[in-house]
Amino acid sequence: MIVDLKHIGEMCSVVRTPDKGWRIGAAVSVRQLGANGDLARDYPGLIEAAQLIGSLQVQSRATLGGNLCNGAPSADAVPLMMSIEARVEIAGTRGRRMVNIESLPVAPGKVALTPDELLVAVLLPPRPARSAARYLRFTPRREMDIAIAGSGVAVRLGAAGEIAHARITLASVAPVPLRATKAEARLIGERPTAALLAEAARIAAGEAKPISDTRASADYRRELVAVLTRRALDACVAEAGVGGSKP
Amino acid sequence: MKTVVQCEVNGEPREALVDPRDTLLQLLRDRLGLTGTKEGCSNGNCGSCTVLMAGAPVCACLVLAGEAEGAHITTIEGVADGNDLHPVQAALIQHGGTQCGFCTPGIVLSAVALLAETPQPTSGQIRHAIAGNICRCTGYDKIVTAIAAAAAEMQAGARQ
Repeated sequence: MIVDLKHIGEMCSVVRTPDKGWRIGAAVSVRQLGANGDLARDYPGLIEAAQLIGSLQVQSRATLGGNLCNGAPSADAVPLMMSIEARVEIAGTRGRRMVNIESLPVAPGKVALTPDELLVAVLLPPRPARSAARYLRFTPRREMDIAIAGSGVAVRLGAAGEIAHARITLASVAPVPLRATKAEARLIGERPTAALLAEAARIAAGEAKPISDTRASADYRRELVAVLTRRALDACVAEAGVGGSKP
Repeated sequence: MKTVVQCEVNGEPREALVDPRDTLLQLLRDRLGLTGTKEGCSNGNCGSCTVLMAGAPVCACLVLAGEAEGAHITTIEGVADGNDLHPVQAALIQHGGTQCGFCTPGIVLSAVALLAETPQPTSGQIRHAIAGNICRCTGYDKIVTAIAAAAAEMQAGARQ
């Protein structure tokens, strides 16, 4: 017996929450996400990241929830969701619980869901003023390939233009998507100069724990982390700086 | 336990008995006899089995037959209007965008879906739209040329 969950209203809808965040049903396809203009204005980086998943055919079926629960360290939508501090709502036989996305992946292909549980929604916080979030990845082929390294960055600027808040989550360089907390700490309270962003990106590269395999060497992945993180930080600071975006 | 699936394929109501493990691809090919949809890799990488569900391209091998309940599906058999080929089909012939032909049904449906949403695509948009359709014969250039020509043809037709 197979039960199709894609006809349950809350699984398939994208709604604004009362706090001006978003509740995205776990069965909403990447294709449907891309069609939501308001969501794309708040979190363009999330849509962009999700649209890196598979082909357009796959995106008609792929979901943020699936990308997360698949448990791949290379999941393209996950680093950015972690960096913007998204949460997920989980329903089970013992009721519902909310968890930070960060606590969900536990190992390659494994997430912290029990067999009687189901992910029902991804919850995005309201986008803060003067903030931005972007994910960049590198693939040997341009299309239909898996990231050999990726970096999802979220930045909020303070009143004086300093970095008030920063989160960096790395893809494909650890068994699970990895927060680069030392790099984040280096940024807080500082003015976002090119030198500072490059230094933080270098620190992030040092925090990465990549492996060498047929797709890339550990050294190459670490170098990519530095480049991708610096570019993502640059992009976020620029975007957050131009009024970036009042919700 | 087999169940009955009712859906609309190429504008016609269809009904079939399916196993819960059957894919939409098996439903189309084995139950409904629509063998224009090809089975390549069977795991969503090659795009040979691309069909449209509610206008969206999907790999029929990644959709369970049971999920087709109530769905509107377009296969390669539903693209031409009788004997009049769709502009994408005509352009693929004219520009030599097909050789062995195995990937062609999927390419046609990816292109039809693209042009429905983006009537004047750039070359980059065309390449992105068929990135999930693997062709081992043509090298893609002629396919891209053909889709661009079909877009121009359809635009000209729409202006008349």
